[in-house]
Amino acid sequence: MKTRRIDNYGKINRDKILSFSWDKKNYKGFEGDTLASALLANNIGIVGRSFKYHRPRGIFSSGVEESGALVTIGSKDRRDPNVRATTQELYNGLEASGQNAFPNVNFDLAGINNYLGRFFAAGFYYKTFMGIPPLEWGKGTAIWMFFEKFIRKAAGMGSASGLPDPDTYEHAHDFCDLIVVGSGPAGVAAAIEAAEKKLDVILVEQDSLIGGNQLAENDFDNSQIKNQLENLGIKIMTRTTAFGLYDNCVVGLLERVTDHISAPNVNIPRQRFWTIRAKHIIVGAGAIERHIAFNNNDIPGVMTVNASKHYLNRYGVLTGKRIVIATNNDSVYETANQLSEAGANVTVLDSRTNFEIETNKSFEIRKGYVPYNINGSKKIHSLDISKSETINKSETIDCDQVLLSGGWSPAVHLLSHRGVKPKWDYNNACFLPSDKKENITMVGSSRGLWNKNDCIASGIAGTTDALNRLGISKTNYFFPKPGGWKNPIQPLYEVKYKKSRSKSFVDYQHDVTTDDVRLAHREGFISVEHLKRYTTLGMANDQGKMGNIIGLSLMAELLNKEIPEVGTTVFRPPYTPVSIGALSGRNVGKHFRPLRVTPMHQWNIDHGAKMIEVGLYQRPWYYPKENETLSDSYIREASTVRKTVGICDITSLGKIAIQGPDSTEFLNRIYSNSFSKLQVGKARYGIMLRDDGIVMDDGTSWRLAENEYFMTTSTGEAAKVMSWLEELLQTRWTDLNVNVTSVSEQWAGVSVAGPKSREVLNNCVDDSLVVTNNNLPFMGVTSTFLKGNIPCRIARISFSGELAFEVYVKSDFANTMMDLIWENAKKYDGCLYGLEALGALRVEKGHVTAAELDGRVTIDDAGLSKMASTKKSYIGSAMRKRGVLKNNDREILVGFFPTNLKETFNAGTIVCEKNNIKGQGIGRITSVTYSPELGHWIGLGFVKGGLDKWKDTNLVGADPVRNKQMNLKVVSPHMIDPKGERMYA
Amino acid sequence: MIRINCPYCGERDHSEFSYGGDATINYPSLDASEKEWTEAIFFRKNIKGFQFETWHHSNGCRMWLVVERSTVTHEIKSVKPCHPDLQKVVENNK
Ligand SMILES: [Zn+2]
Repeated sequence: MKTRRIDNYGKINRDKILSFSWDKKNYKGFEGDTLASALLANNIGIVGRSFKYHRPRGIFSSGVEESGALVTIGSKDRRDPNVRATTQELYNGLEASGQNAFPNVNFDLAGINNYLGRFFAAGFYYKTFMGIPPLEWGKGTAIWMFFEKFIRKAAGMGSASGLPDPDTYEHAHDFCDLIVVGSGPAGVAAAIEAAEKKLDVILVEQDSLIGGNQLAENDFDNSQIKNQLENLGIKIMTRTTAFGLYDNCVVGLLERVTDHISAPNVNIPRQRFWTIRAKHIIVGAGAIERHIAFNNNDIPGVMTVNASKHYLNRYGVLTGKRIVIATNNDSVYETANQLSEAGANVTVLDSRTNFEIETNKSFEIRKGYVPYNINGSKKIHSLDISKSETINKSETIDCDQVLLSGGWSPAVHLLSHRGVKPKWDYNNACFLPSDKKENITMVGSSRGLWNKNDCIASGIAGTTDALNRLGISKTNYFFPKPGGWKNPIQPLYEVKYKKSRSKSFVDYQHDVTTDDVRLAHREGFISVEHLKRYTTLGMANDQGKMGNIIGLSLMAELLNKEIPEVGTTVFRPPYTPVSIGALSGRNVGKHFRPLRVTPMHQWNIDHGAKMIEVGLYQRPWYYPKENETLSDSYIREASTVRKTVGICDITSLGKIAIQGPDSTEFLNRIYSNSFSKLQVGKARYGIMLRDDGIVMDDGTSWRLAENEYFMTTSTGEAAKVMSWLEELLQTRWTDLNVNVTSVSEQWAGVSVAGPKSREVLNNCVDDSLVVTNNNLPFMGVTSTFLKGNIPCRIARISFSGELAFEVYVKSDFANTMMDLIWENAKKYDGCLYGLEALGALRVEKGHVTAAELDGRVTIDDAGLSKMASTKKSYIGSAMRKRGVLKNNDREILVGFFPTNLKETFNAGTIVCEKNNIKGQGIGRITSVTYSPELGHWIGLGFVKGGLDKWKDTNLVGADPVRNKQMNLKVVSPHMIDPKGERMYA
Repeated sequence: MIRINCPYCGERDHSEFSYGGDATINYPSLDASEKEWTEAIFFRKNIKGFQFETWHHSNGCRMWLVVERSTVTHEIKSVKPCHPDLQKVVENNK
């Protein structure tokens, strides 16, 4: 295969040969190459197939705007799809392949889509949703369901590996006075000026080298600039993209740390996601050259003019032999000179008729000519050209490359992220950045400056602007006027040749043609935002960097308006794609969110606990013996609690110390029931409402001393309750002398429950008298010592309905406490029990938890009206009977039995009347369990009107998700020991 | 991204804080009518510009703060403790 590499050109290191593979064949390139330059050097023209039509596509650019050369890099779990070959640095052993083609990009079976173009026109996707007109119009769901998988397969890009990402990613933060985005002449000038004025500067460059578009100049050497920047103490970040600007001068950066290395050190992250907080931002992001729309303007061999200059002078690749350049502006002539000096046969078609330009006269300039059709399919054979006034065939030029320059678009994307609409500049046929009150200054070509000297001047002016805004100086400055070419640009977006149905591409990556834009207009999509969504113009991951302006100009023409009247679309972050891995950083796997464990976590595991997540907490779920299943285990555990004794880790409950002279008053205001008469040494169950009268949480508060309480909350609401108490004390009741302190992690708690629990505890405490029925009656609290002189708090509180105690020790003593209680419980054939058994026990008793108290339930709904004091006012008391909350058909807490006691049911089952099984029914089941005591399945839930209304009626449980249905009986929620005799024993 | 200058901890990222709500509400007494409570809980102004709002330094000093913030630009003009006595202390220590 012939190489396109030529001697004496380029900044690549020809001493360092790199081998890489393309579609499983091996090739060679040099250090300093991108994948694109190496492919071009190896004469590989077709690198992809287009999105919808599967047309062969080549390399259009040399940078981030690339919309053709999207390839897949790597293999297996490191397969990275949709990588721009133009920005992927070559490394030894790089594996790359084409995508969206079967079997390969050179011969793609789906290329037939090219001939089915009318089925894939604008809005095709949306029309499939609607059905095929006229027969199925408006009822298209079925046909969409049928075609969806074919369409999705045909219209797509590379696919992800589907495997866990083996690489690591990092989040990092930094601060600076000034961040400069872009290291072209403007950005470098700004950074140097700022550093000389003693600002702390970060300079960001997405390329591997600093220099910006100067890297396309054959005599450019960046080493001196680099030294100067470094000596001034500027932090230079290459391979780093500023992908977004955010509030308060925050810049999001993506640093590609190892994407250019063949065997990276495993201790280094692949990418870093930076959040930079600056005081001022200078954007010198450059400008992007546009193409021109005409028939077959996507055939491999079409490229922007500037890209060809990059390939020649940076990579030593001459991209064509017989090159036609089509333009409407002055920027191409230097390139034309150089390409012809390098040995290419060059012709320039300039749409303008009247202009003067200096060249080395080694090539022909056809003034007043435009291209209108490329002949060829997998490569360019020839170009049909026409006079620019009226499009008629005048000549066909044999060529192997067509370079396009339809003008330049300043990269205003980052400013657009801050909600600033750019303004149209007629003289330069481009959008220019508008002013922004925030501390952001645009410099260089991104403010429409085409000359290097103007760019440098604008960089210095930009820093002066920054210094003024930061209050460091008060210096006058001015920016050079936009423009800088000798002859004015002549707008040229599309060359229309009426003869045939054309494939003139506006957006290469999404296969949007000029015909699509016209079709969208005919179908009524006249707002640019609608047009964009209907045609998907500019909605690929390049966000239409090359083609958006062409689309706008077509729309303007169709609407008989000027481009600025049509508007521009808003660019949103990210400027270039950011991988999900970088966004998640280290927050993956077990680090996805914090993990909370109780102080006896390891003790629980050592004693056979299977764990379950409750919020962030790991709690014992069940303790299986030998071959027990979850169900075997929890039934045994719950039975043991009812028969003898069980012990359960309850440390995850929220615990709050409430201290101060107004503590009682405080509790009286936040709980719905009265706390004013609670004696020292007693605990009380309490319910907290929200301001709007709905239940917030339930728990207990123990009066330890006159002015000191120990509050427990549910596990899930612990943080919320703590913040709520702080809010009330700091914002509403600032006169109360109360202090609240979270002591959740200071105390380890265990529940000892069952008829033998007192005997067990008797053996555990120093003074066996403290737990007698007299000394510690139901809801009694005592501060005492466990054997071994361990201080503890014990309250006689029951969640299971059995005689039960909650014992708390300082967290350091957790294991000692567990050993002690467990040794004694074993003597009574006791067990360890987990959350599943705890759930079974509380459902049997009709005790509510988060499954019932879901933020929609009032205290009356939960059947706890007795807990709502009528003798005092409290948070929520004014609102708990408002409006709909006082309706008498509200859903009330009840118990459920299956009518056929052999049947089971699930939480989430909808309760319905027998002959009216539909919609939301008349209630729902929130918790279910097998009841070892009753010997069948039972449930808790809600039904409209409650037990009184449905006591003797057969209802139906509908469970459409599981395709189940069963007959139900409504019973009292207190399914076991309704009088609570066991608790008081 | 917002940065809040906590009077106790200094300037911190907003991710350390939790948003509360309108700081200008005068909550009625607990025995006030349903109507007064309805006004206080459900009716909010939708301010374009600076508003006073509460933020909780939940991953910091746990203090509730009144932040004067622009809903348009996120610019923050002032940050004070909610508790009036603490406001005075902070003021005196300046
Ligand atoms: Zn703080």
